[in-house]
Amino acid sequence: MITKRIIPCLDVKEGKVVKGVQFKNHKIVGSIIDLAQKYSNDGADELVFYDISASTEGSIVDKEWVSKIAEVINIPFCVAGGIKSIEDARQILNLGADKISINTPALNDPQLIQILSNEFGSQCVVIGMDIKLIDGQAYLFAKTGSEKTAFATNIKADDWMIKVQELGAGEVVINAMGQDGVKNGYDIELLKSLGSICSIPMIASGGAGEPQHFIDVFKQTNVDGALAATIFHRNEYSINQVKKELQANNINIRI
Amino acid sequence: MTVAIIDCGGANLRSVQKAVEIQDMKVVITKDKNTISNASFVILPGVGSAKSVMNNLQDSNLIETIKELTMPVLGICIGMHVLFDYSAEHNTECLGIVSGNIKKFDSKYTVKVPQMGWNKVTFDQEKFKALDNYYYFANSYYSQISDLTLGSAEHSESFAAVIQKDNFLGCQFHPEKSSFAGKKFLYHFFNAS
Repeated sequence: MITKRIIPCLDVKEGKVVKGVQFKNHKIVGSIIDLAQKYSNDGADELVFYDISASTEGSIVDKEWVSKIAEVINIPFCVAGGIKSIEDARQILNLGADKISINTPALNDPQLIQILSNEFGSQCVVIGMDIKLIDGQAYLFAKTGSEKTAFATNIKADDWMIKVQELGAGEVVINAMGQDGVKNGYDIELLKSLGSICSIPMIASGGAGEPQHFIDVFKQTNVDGALAATIFHRNEYSINQVKKELQANNINIRI
Repeated sequence: MTVAIIDCGGANLRSVQKAVEIQDMKVVITKDKNTISNASFVILPGVGSAKSVMNNLQDSNLIETIKELTMPVLGICIGMHVLFDYSAEHNTECLGIVSGNIKKFDSKYTVKVPQMGWNKVTFDQEKFKALDNYYYFANSYYSQISDLTLGSAEHSESFAAVIQKDNFLGCQFHPEKSSFAGKKFLYHFFNAS
């Protein structure tokens, strides 16, 4: 059986890895290549690089670092941020990324999902869903790379989940914005509810602060992977430590 | 000893090239018939769809060239699918080197489609046991278990993770993305085939 994935997420801004709290106040945490190598050696199942400057400033991710990552790691990685067209996607994939993740451009033009999936295969196409509750109802947010540009759309999370699957998405990352960087655990209720209507791989994001949070999300929901940043960036726990605790709790994991 | 990686348009060419380079092999990415026919090893990498890979091979006039190869050949993921007679992915007629069809995983059996992530591969024969490990998969289509299966994994049911027909080896996973396990698998391909 396929194992549950632990996925460090590296937010990239101006060529450095940064981390914010609830999508703001970003601080530099290190070099892209050093962290990619470190996490890969420590047992990460894949890596996600999210260029937060690209998605808000309208530029495609600077391509040089993507090919450098491909040179130093031999596990899969996904690049997100600023990918708006089939040409942008092709460029990133040709530089060695295995997947591309899109959020705002898919909300603006859902057909883009279908176009990308037909061209590169659904396994390349990840849809990032940044979600926040408004009056108890989960809505999609766009342009979330910076607090200044982020805004709520009128698209409901469960409607969007169904639609992206119909259009050929290969994976979804569910990012609970309220949980980001605050280390209170994943949003179990949201993940349970979206998981019940999802037949493609689904990744939990936002809120991981200790190994128990990973255990909770894998025991209580049907997510296929858990994405985390702060817990690994601050060296509070290593990926290997988290994986050992998961294994001790009978969760199917690659060690 | 030259390794020819057939350029069939997929996006993982550089990753496969790098994985071969670290085995200390000389490697070329090529569409040239003579280069392919004269190589010591040939790799058919595959990302995209069976249809796009077959169209690319057709456009480069490589269909007959590949069928006639006698050195060890490794097909990766879609590169393995196209070795078969037919793939259900966009109803694609394939190379017909290996008899059988490629089917789609059915998501109604509580598994996610595509299969994406690390799955445990178990080899049947004692001589391959050292290769039992977790490998990285990203696929919606698969080959059923047959007499040609060397290694298998589970995703709703058992499926063929590694197959062999004469000099043609196929792996459903991506060795170039499978960390140390993938490196060992490729070492085995170059040194034991």
